[in-house]
Amino acid sequence: MSTSTIAPNPSTSNPEPILQSGDPPSMPETNDKLSIRVRDLNLWYGDFQALKDVNIDIRKGIITGLIGPSGCGKTTLLRCFNRINERYEGVKTTGDIEILDKNIYDSDVTSRQLRRRIGMVFQRPNPLPISIYDNVLFGANLHKTHKQLTRRERNDVVQQALEQVALWDTVKDKLKTRATTLTLEQQQKLCIARLIPLKPDVILMDEPCSALDAEGIEQVEGLIESLRDDYTVVIVTHNMAQARRATDECIFMLMGKIIEHSSTADMFLNPREEQTEMYIQGRYG
Amino acid sequence: MSKPDANNPFAITANEIRGRKVERFIRFITLGMTWALILPVLFILGFLLIKAWPALSVGFIFDNPEKNMTAGGIWGPLIGTFMLIIVSLLIAAPIGILAGVYLNEFARDNWFTRFINLAVVNLAGVPSIVHGLFGLGAFVYFFQMQRSLLAASCTVAVMTLPVIITSTKEALASVPQPFRVACWNMGASKWQTIRTIVLPNSISGILTGVILQVARAAGETAPILFTGAMISSRIADSGWASMVPYGLEDRFMALSYHLYIISTQWQNVPESFKFGTAIVMIGLVIAVNSISIGFRIYLRSRKKW
Repeated sequence: MSTSTIAPNPSTSNPEPILQSGDPPSMPETNDKLSIRVRDLNLWYGDFQALKDVNIDIRKGIITGLIGPSGCGKTTLLRCFNRINERYEGVKTTGDIEILDKNIYDSDVTSRQLRRRIGMVFQRPNPLPISIYDNVLFGANLHKTHKQLTRRERNDVVQQALEQVALWDTVKDKLKTRATTLTLEQQQKLCIARLIPLKPDVILMDEPCSALDAEGIEQVEGLIESLRDDYTVVIVTHNMAQARRATDECIFMLMGKIIEHSSTADMFLNPREEQTEMYIQGRYG
Repeated sequence: MSKPDANNPFAITANEIRGRKVERFIRFITLGMTWALILPVLFILGFLLIKAWPALSVGFIFDNPEKNMTAGGIWGPLIGTFMLIIVSLLIAAPIGILAGVYLNEFARDNWFTRFINLAVVNLAGVPSIVHGLFGLGAFVYFFQMQRSLLAASCTVAVMTLPVIITSTKEALASVPQPFRVACWNMGASKWQTIRTIVLPNSISGILTGVILQVARAAGETAPILFTGAMISSRIADSGWASMVPYGLEDRFMALSYHLYIISTQWQNVPESFKFGTAIVMIGLVIAVNSISIGFRIYLRSRKKW
């Protein structure tokens, strides 16, 4: 595989290729509004360039998968969307990312408010070592959005969030127990539930199922499915079958570049690029 | 069993037989060294206890020294050392903990941070008598505290700060990073993360480290020798005044200095008094440590991950 063949790529130079290609009728009804718009994004870890001239448009209210072999920059790109990369040392970024028509690198954007509106779910479920109840309200307490609420209203917020992730019936009798005592899949659902009171616009997921067993994967995938329409979901995955099952559109990345962005059906049935085809067939990666 | 057997593909080899001998030998040596560690401690404690036995009584602990320390007890020095521990803790804990929080949670890895870390490590190795002289120059003379409980406490605090900072950093570093990442990704500021998640989960380790270090340092003679300890002072025999006999600006008696004086300077002190003082000193350190360990167990029982 030669890297020089990657560079000229119609899908990255043309701003809106995905909207033109015939989307399959099975696609959920969405408006054509963009949620995330990335222009000429480059990112370095010290001297190593992890992202190279990334240009993508992610549509609102659908589930977009980021796929590609290890080290291709999927997670790095995901971490750009809530600027959490800035918490790590030696990271340098150039280019623009517009979310909800606002460049998140503008000086009048605060990372606190950005992260409130753009939630992140991780590979290892990371509930905080406090009660289930406090976990759900943790973000809300940080931003004091629910400060004036009565105890009863707060209980409603917790119940709604847990119901949305199908966890309410399991944990309603033990809301005061530590979140870290839950099973891994319950923890992962809780990690999604705690984003909901913040009313995020985008939910980023970094291999959310890779620590779970088959049943857990099925449940969490079902949950992700139910988030469509209400939220824009961007999900990084290593698992080709999952990308195929659970996403509407896919972005294939290789060595820090976007190779192909199309509807999931197109990507898996008629990949445009040879590298994409070879990857999804399992020839490398 | 040790004979090579042609029919047994998994039979022991000659090489392995030698290996087993080495194994047993190493096990024996390491176990022996562990005993070599414990036995002297048991021996010292036993020896002290036997020698001190004639003096040990409730009165020995709660009475003041009488007749040039040849009679009475050691209440004055005991409460003096205890107050020294408390005041030193109040000075050292906030400074050390906050500095540890900065170094572990805020500081970027640059030359300045590395320099501070290097300084902290090296300060921990400065001999206590040097700290004593520093305390004399800095607190007693420069800050004009005179020789007092406050000056001695400041000296002990300065002496323990490097170790407190180190143990605080270790306790903070033991809080798993994913907790911090989870907070940051919900928009928490660093301070919100520290206040709501990091400190509650590390405070037991931090406080234990602080108390252990201060209690150990307060048992030393050198830092208080020039900064506040005195041979003998008349304090009340009972009541509130005997519970808190020294003000911050007063000179005070302390167990370590008392032991030094009655062992080397004073005549006619019964031998059991010297060993009794040593036993009480060890007892005080063990008591303070037990309190801090009990405290840690209590705090730990409230956290799990």
